[in-house]
Amino acid sequence: MSKSAVIEQQRYTCAMGAMQTVVAIPRAVPILHSGPGCGEMIAGFFERSAGYAGGCTSPCTNFSEKEVVFGGINRLREIISNTYKVLDTDLQVVMTGCTAAIVGDDITSLVAEFADRGKPIVAVETAGFNATNYEAHSIVVNAIIDQYVSRFVSENKPRSEKNTVNLFASIPYQDPFWKGNLAEYKRLLSGIGLNANVLFGPESGGVKEWQSIPKANFNILVSPWYGKPIADNLKAKYGQDYTWFHHIPIGANETEVFLNQVLEFALKQGAEIDEKRARDFIRHESDAYYEEIENLATFLLEFRYGLPNHVHILHDAGYVAALCKFLLHEVGIVPKEQFITDGTPEKYQETIRADINSTSDKKEIPVFFEPDAGKAQEILRKIRHKGRGLIIGSGWDRELAREKGYDFLSAALPNPYRLVLTTNYAGFTGGLRVIEDIYLMVLSTYA
Amino acid sequence: MAKTNLSLPEVQIREIRINSITGYHGDAEELVRSGRCGLKDRERSFSQCMGCATSKAACMTILIQDAAVISHGPVGCASCLHEFAFTYRVNSPLRNVAVPTPRYIFSTNLTERDTIYGGSAKLARAIREVHSRTKANAIFVLTTCASAIIGDDVESICSEAEEELDIPVVAIFCEGFRSKVWTTGFDAAYHGIARKLIRKSGTRRSDLINVINFWGSDIFSEWFEPFGAKPNYITPYSTVESLRLAGEAAATVQVCSTLGSYLGAVLEQDFGVPEIPAAPPYGIAQTDRWFRALGKVLGKEETAEKIIAEKKKKYMPRIEELRRELRGKTAYVTAGAAHGHALLDVLGELGMKAVGAAIFHHDPIYDSGRPENDQLAQRVADYGNVPNYNVCNRQEFELVNMLNMLRPDVLLARHGGMTLWGAKLGIPSLLVGDEHYSMGYEGLVNYGERLLEAIENDEFVKNLQKHARMPYTKWWLEQPADYFLEGGPVI
Repeated sequence: MSKSAVIEQQRYTCAMGAMQTVVAIPRAVPILHSGPGCGEMIAGFFERSAGYAGGCTSPCTNFSEKEVVFGGINRLREIISNTYKVLDTDLQVVMTGCTAAIVGDDITSLVAEFADRGKPIVAVETAGFNATNYEAHSIVVNAIIDQYVSRFVSENKPRSEKNTVNLFASIPYQDPFWKGNLAEYKRLLSGIGLNANVLFGPESGGVKEWQSIPKANFNILVSPWYGKPIADNLKAKYGQDYTWFHHIPIGANETEVFLNQVLEFALKQGAEIDEKRARDFIRHESDAYYEEIENLATFLLEFRYGLPNHVHILHDAGYVAALCKFLLHEVGIVPKEQFITDGTPEKYQETIRADINSTSDKKEIPVFFEPDAGKAQEILRKIRHKGRGLIIGSGWDRELAREKGYDFLSAALPNPYRLVLTTNYAGFTGGLRVIEDIYLMVLSTYA
Repeated sequence: MAKTNLSLPEVQIREIRINSITGYHGDAEELVRSGRCGLKDRERSFSQCMGCATSKAACMTILIQDAAVISHGPVGCASCLHEFAFTYRVNSPLRNVAVPTPRYIFSTNLTERDTIYGGSAKLARAIREVHSRTKANAIFVLTTCASAIIGDDVESICSEAEEELDIPVVAIFCEGFRSKVWTTGFDAAYHGIARKLIRKSGTRRSDLINVINFWGSDIFSEWFEPFGAKPNYITPYSTVESLRLAGEAAATVQVCSTLGSYLGAVLEQDFGVPEIPAAPPYGIAQTDRWFRALGKVLGKEETAEKIIAEKKKKYMPRIEELRRELRGKTAYVTAGAAHGHALLDVLGELGMKAVGAAIFHHDPIYDSGRPENDQLAQRVADYGNVPNYNVCNRQEFELVNMLNMLRPDVLLARHGGMTLWGAKLGIPSLLVGDEHYSMGYEGLVNYGERLLEAIENDEFVKNLQKHARMPYTKWWLEQPADYFLEGGPVI
């Protein structure tokens, strides 16, 4: 972890950023018990991400000096009561900012008043100084499971549906491709015979789907580290075991490994799956993928005017590991120094480093865990390898790429130079899309 | 006139300094009238995310060419500041900055441990690290709710660092909970700049005029040229050195009276630079007054008359045409404060009917204390009253309620996010980011043409309207907009 006293060019935000976790649930609303600027900061970090009732729509107590001195619990009571009058929502998640946490307002008891009246409301402590949004995503999801999903457990018997799974993968909005990725995971899992609850975005079934979480036979965690507390919580709570895939499956190799891992786990968990059909599906997807790569091979090998031969990635651990593997084996771009900017807790760093270094037995890939991205850039500024370089990172890195004369692909937050709607980078089709994006940008330099 | 006091590290908040308010429902004329004799604020019993002072202070410091900015707080309090790096890069050609350098934006990333043991030592280290990394000519430190409540002595830490590093290290007190008025963040930044950067030299230059503005296009070079002067822009695209010169200028003008209210007064009271006694030049009546006031301050009244005559000759025919095309069309305005008044002027001049406005806050009188700077009063006098005038503190639910009721031909917005609601209701919506775009005679032509274009090309909003989701309840949309305001219909 960084020894800096500062974070320059932050690539993530504080716990309050998990309001996007709520925004990603159809018809859910975050209610902020916080200072007046928190919502604006989060909206500005993610951009174009207000969803149904996020951004300027989210209710907020807007702490003033009065609340700092006297506490803000009565103000919060008033705001919650009136939220029901003004906004039409299915789930309310009350989140605290730094001010409420330091002042010590007891939101749990207050929210219980509303919950006891049958309101679908949840309280969660998300003071910005306590956690990052990568960590707070799990805190918020677990709060919803513990305080809301648990109310419906009698009509949603744990592990009662053999072929249903809960998927915990992309963090909504922090992963710019979350929407597309979740849709693609759902399609792929359905191809091998599993019905996946993706819980966020248009492919989820909203609060009804959340209520049915206990029914799933088992869970799937796709992540290098974040989201693990959710899988652990569900294991303890409903006895749902989980299979853990440590990076995002991008391209054919890793997607096949991922689907085979899930398939074998599902069979062990007693899912009723036609194994042959599942394997046929994987083969079909893979064949379609390689048809494209075969057409492309001559371009990658013969294009005589210059293509990038090496890559530096500044992203979260899941993308760095995934893109290293994909770009080396399936595109032929060699990963050099890599920068993980997500504030990975120390206890996970060695496993992640090992995962990245298992990419090739012929190559060492230096990995820097550096949430101070300004410092990461300082390191990268001094590095030079032979050939045309590619940087994959956030909008901040575009300036560095220009300075170094490298190609640049925007794929991380903050992302001001690119609009991402429902594009996926996960899966077979995601790999193809990464290729399209890289070479669209490379070829446009010849126009 | 509000008394400025540069000996204190913190600026007094607007609610206390100039009696600014954030809740009102009525019409513009009544607001202006009651502003003169004690205006009472109205609290809300429902509220949405408002925005706070810290990002406003950030905007006035990050965009200084050779400065670095440290947000002293949890990492979340600097989340949205990357947007200013984008703005800086995109608008640099408008200000003749050939090579826009990356913006230096830092967070001290306060964690729970720091809230217990204090964040002072971390901030002290941070300032030195930023200095060695950036070699910036000034470092600004922005406070946040967390650093303010735990009581870090930011002023002393900055002063010590300043002595050691030999560059200005400026503490800006802009924690979000201090004020409900978003523009207090601008005041806070200007206060720090005035205390630590602006030089008291005793020299007075007749060729330099301060322009307190955002990042709009450089129209003032051309405007000031006949007066033999050039603009000193404050603060976007300024340098630490050009800010130092602000105290030597011949006069100060503003593009938005609520933005520069405090700094204009400080420059006048503490540095002897007169602020011209006229609201910014939006609409013909105000443009004429503004040029005359400028000419008077500079002792060049004839130049002003000549400019006015030339501009009339050049632009009036097109303005008349636009008036014919726009006459009777209805519009609704949502904006910060004075720029909203400016847009209401433009609408009045173009013969359009302003059917209402949702303005974030209201300053009954600016820091200068001069009624001539009151743009809303001028608006009412020049073009008549504006009904359905709400001071809404950026409360979207009130805006949606009013828009739904009034259904104007066009929505004019100044701040991000608001146009969505016009579009969802099928109302053509226009946001012009360049605050200079609608200024002066040429501005009426620019803006008039954009208005026509927005009203004519409504296919996108009409289609979106058919499919838009509305999170607001039917009940709410049928209530009076001040339902949740103190003293409102049911409370």
